Amino acid sequence: MIAANYAVASVLVFVTSALLVLVGALGVISMKNPVHAALSLIMTLFGVAVAFVAQLADFLAAVQIIVYAGAIVVLFLFVIMFLGVDLTMRVRVEPLVGQRAFAAVGVVITIGGLIWLMATSHWVTGATSVSGSALATGQANVKQLGIAVFTTYLFAFEATAALLIIAVVGAVLLARRERATTAEEGTS
Amino acid sequence: MNVPAAWYLILGALLFGIGAFGFLTRRSALIMFMCIELMLNAVNLTFVTFSRTLSDIAGQASVFFVMVVAAAEVTVGLGIVVAVFRRRASTSVDELSELKG
Repeated sequence: MIAANYAVASVLVFVTSALLVLVGALGVISMKNPVHAALSLIMTLFGVAVAFVAQLADFLAAVQIIVYAGAIVVLFLFVIMFLGVDLTMRVRVEPLVGQRAFAAVGVVITIGGLIWLMATSHWVTGATSVSGSALATGQANVKQLGIAVFTTYLFAFEATAALLIIAVVGAVLLARRERATTAEEGTS
Repeated sequence: MNVPAAWYLILGALLFGIGAFGFLTRRSALIMFMCIELMLNAVNLTFVTFSRTLSDIAGQASVFFVMVVAAAEVTVGLGIVVAVFRRRASTSVDELSELKG
């Protein structure tokens, strides 16, 4: 039925990525142990990377694995280990009455609205919807992205450099021990 | 023929919904950060899908910048979590209620 209309390989890739993404995401919000939640997050990130490869975004898939799974989740795990692994949370507690139900209703409305928007709007226009994506032909993905980032978006690219420096300095300042600094100032 | 873009968009919408639900219901600051990452990834997936559909590399460039900003945000956020944990010995956001009226 479905596989008759579309290439079997692309359907298989989509199902694989969807399973990885959804199981991982449900794991993140349901696991009691933060370490297990972080590992579920890695699963979701790999699923998104699979979807990126399927959608001709090779460079972003590599960055997704290296930066997200390799750096951000490791940072999460570092902090979890640093604060103590036995941070098992009481998942069931509800400080506000009916909080969970309200959240579920709001989320269902949001998802429903998004899907309704997709179903009713005609956003695929022009020749690309007929002939397939032009991203697949011609230049390589990395070259295309590089040209875009270093010409059209050069200012934003430079601004992210400043942003990263500020973030690193801010994180070091925040995480530094206050006692050590006062002792240092006292002796000097 | 490739699968239609709408499948990936619906997957992105579901991922965003799961992340939003987790953010609204979980009380640990660490898990809430992970849920923010889930929502950012859902948006990235949507960007890449539209980039393929409309044959425009700008969507992928946007994802690139979202990733950079997400890395910076996680760095600062986890720094704040560590600083709060020093003072409170807890990462639950319910403990931070001094400003409650």
